[in-house]
Amino acid sequence: METQTPILSSVAVSTLPTRGHTARRAAQWTAAGPYVLGVAGILAALIAWELFSAFGPVSQHHLPPPSVVIPTFLNNFTFTQFWLTVGQTMWAWFLGLTLATFGGLAVGLLIGSSSLLRTGTHTTVEFLRPIPAVGLIPLAALLFGPRIGAELLIVVYGCFWIVMIQAMYGITDIDKVADDTVRTLRMTWLQRVRHLVLPTLLPYLMTGIRLAATVALILAISSELIVGTPGIGRAVAQAQLNDNPAAMIALILTSGLLGILVNLIFRFIERKVLFWHSSVRSEVAA
Amino acid sequence: MTASKSDIRLSVQQVRKVYGAGSRNEVEAVRSLTFDLHAGEFACLVGPSGSGKTTLLKCIAGLLDPTSGEVVLDGRRVSGPAEGMAVVFQEYSRSLFPWLSVEDNVELPLKTSGVPKAERKARVKDALDAVTLSHAAKSYPWQLSGGMQQRVAIARAVASNPSVLLMDEPFAAVDAQTRGELEDLVREVWKRLDMTILFVTHDIDESVYLAERVLVLSSSPTIVQADIHIDLPDVRSQADTRSLHRFGELRHQVYEEVQFAKTNPGGERMSVRDGLPS
Amino acid sequence: MIVLKRLALWFGLPAILIAVWWAFTAQGVNFFVPKPDKLANTFVTVWFSEKFFTDVMPSMGRLLISLAVSLVLGVALGIAIGLSRTLRWLLEPLLEFIRAVPSTILIPVLLLLIGINDAMKITVIVLGCLWPILLNTIEGVRSLDEVLKNTALVYRLRGFDRIRYLVLPGASPLIMAGIRHSLAVGLILLVVSEMFASTDGIGYSIINFQNRIAIPEMWSGIFLLGIIGVLLSVVFQAIQKRVLGWYYGLKEASNDG
Repeated sequence: METQTPILSSVAVSTLPTRGHTARRAAQWTAAGPYVLGVAGILAALIAWELFSAFGPVSQHHLPPPSVVIPTFLNNFTFTQFWLTVGQTMWAWFLGLTLATFGGLAVGLLIGSSSLLRTGTHTTVEFLRPIPAVGLIPLAALLFGPRIGAELLIVVYGCFWIVMIQAMYGITDIDKVADDTVRTLRMTWLQRVRHLVLPTLLPYLMTGIRLAATVALILAISSELIVGTPGIGRAVAQAQLNDNPAAMIALILTSGLLGILVNLIFRFIERKVLFWHSSVRSEVAA
Repeated sequence: MTASKSDIRLSVQQVRKVYGAGSRNEVEAVRSLTFDLHAGEFACLVGPSGSGKTTLLKCIAGLLDPTSGEVVLDGRRVSGPAEGMAVVFQEYSRSLFPWLSVEDNVELPLKTSGVPKAERKARVKDALDAVTLSHAAKSYPWQLSGGMQQRVAIARAVASNPSVLLMDEPFAAVDAQTRGELEDLVREVWKRLDMTILFVTHDIDESVYLAERVLVLSSSPTIVQADIHIDLPDVRSQADTRSLHRFGELRHQVYEEVQFAKTNPGGERMSVRDGLPS
Repeated sequence: MIVLKRLALWFGLPAILIAVWWAFTAQGVNFFVPKPDKLANTFVTVWFSEKFFTDVMPSMGRLLISLAVSLVLGVALGIAIGLSRTLRWLLEPLLEFIRAVPSTILIPVLLLLIGINDAMKITVIVLGCLWPILLNTIEGVRSLDEVLKNTALVYRLRGFDRIRYLVLPGASPLIMAGIRHSLAVGLILLVVSEMFASTDGIGYSIINFQNRIAIPEMWSGIFLLGIIGVLLSVVFQAIQKRVLGWYYGLKEASNDG
């Protein structure tokens, strides 16, 4: 609105007879603008990177230009080893997220359904939750060594709280409505779950899982980077040891792509599962 | 009310507003509106719902550019929100800054337009006195009732000493009791501060009770269908004025015009008033 | 009675957990888990020493500076992008991609480009903390109330005044939510960047204890992180209560009526 008016009015005044034409052009711009400018933005960033690499203060070896990195990045796709590495990261991500989701859901539902349990566990939860999962990296390394167990411990610890808290909020939210509604409608237990518990709980749960999915990827890669569990993180650390910045940056691009993929998948699932819910359209933090 | 060219405060000249001009779903909201508002006048704009009242008000306030025609305030053409214009919106709870206290809300426009601090404080105090809200100066808007919130909005508008005060259905969202009180308050403020007010409403009774002059708009595309002088006594009260015989007559006259407007878009028959009692 | 019950509810579970932990480690056989009293002793001797100045303070300094930089950058960029459709279109896909990169993976590259120093760690943390604040600011600016925006226009709030009196306070509930998210992300990145490449700091100390197989010391470091996390969230909530006092009042008022 605020940027649209000047474009419209300034043109409309100068070329009065063709106002209809101008309006059509403005409408076309509204439709196409995001794509045109979005691509332009990415291209400009790539050009800036290329120039910075060539003329900037850091050596071109340490910061290779996109004209070197992008071929490396694409070339990676032809190697089995690359797909294996990506697979290892995604497998740890998936396993950790699944465990954390079921664990967090179970504990969250249990605690959330009783106000006694909620109060009783409050101090403990409020102390354990802020411990950053990466703080457990040394412990995980000692317990498991550079194996997937270490990665899972970190991912599950980090994601468990997120899902648990959301499940708790969800089930607490039901209680308020439930007393009034269910009693008047005389629902059976199954009907109650289907018509009341799930619809209230799902939005909270989906938010929790979506947040956890992003965090899980960060934690998985962090643990690979430091503990050396197999995956993209370790590959980056190895590329650093081999003094191969191009390979490092190509892997970073890959991780960004994976991040976007994770986002897209969860947005898609959320839209399918919660198409009726307003949170799908606008996210506002609690 | 003797009007000369010189004391014209607001002049609306052949304002036309077309949404989506040139596109397939082009909508002509306002066809051609012309009227003048003189200094010290209290005029009401009434019209059936969907008669482009809000569009017109936004054009006058400078929030929308008219497609053609012009709005002139104090001899200067309006392009964008102009100095000397204040607006009271219908949605009182959304037009006050919830993060500012009542007095800070009233003070803000003065502050940003560079009024010195001492004068600012005095004007805020006067404005809050005028709407009898001095006791709530330190409160936040959301701590007040709807009627009180709208009074804060009126105080804010009044404090900036506007040439013209625009009010967009300001009492449509408050209960009937409060509404009567607010109507009296607006008339009192108008007289006390010698303001020029353009008041948009869909309520016929309200328009007759409040104004010296009622402009009836046709349905969209809008024109001014009738311009009625309200010759009720200057001092008005809810109980007495509304039971006057003349009030009933005027009310009837405006009602007939609005009924006619509902079925007649602007420009189809210009000489509407011929067949109506006056 | 009520006070007693509340105390029992608050401290009951932690007491039980500590008791179980004690019973479990009383025989002193578990290599990985120290006894609670041993851990408490270690905690005091390790962290209430010169380490407080050589490791804890530098870490906190990095974290706070990074948060401040993220806040300024995130809010400034967020307001600019939120107010301009063209900027939004231009930058959205690019930001979407950069945001999706798990920021810890940047540490090795930044190490090459910047070196092992505070600037590298601050860059890493900022690259993680910026996004929640930036995206929430954009969203906050875009969701400003239409009537309020018109009010600001009518009273000719322009330029800096408009940002100070309308945009910033209007977006502040979402900005605060972004900051809360950034706190958690910041602590993660601080620890990882110190673990990966550092000569001091809490993360460095913890990984150092692990390498020396100093188990109680390592645990004390993990506990310290927990305490810092709690402190950060307490301080944040106090600030939030002050900054958003109007917002909670408004919400409560609209729930009542």
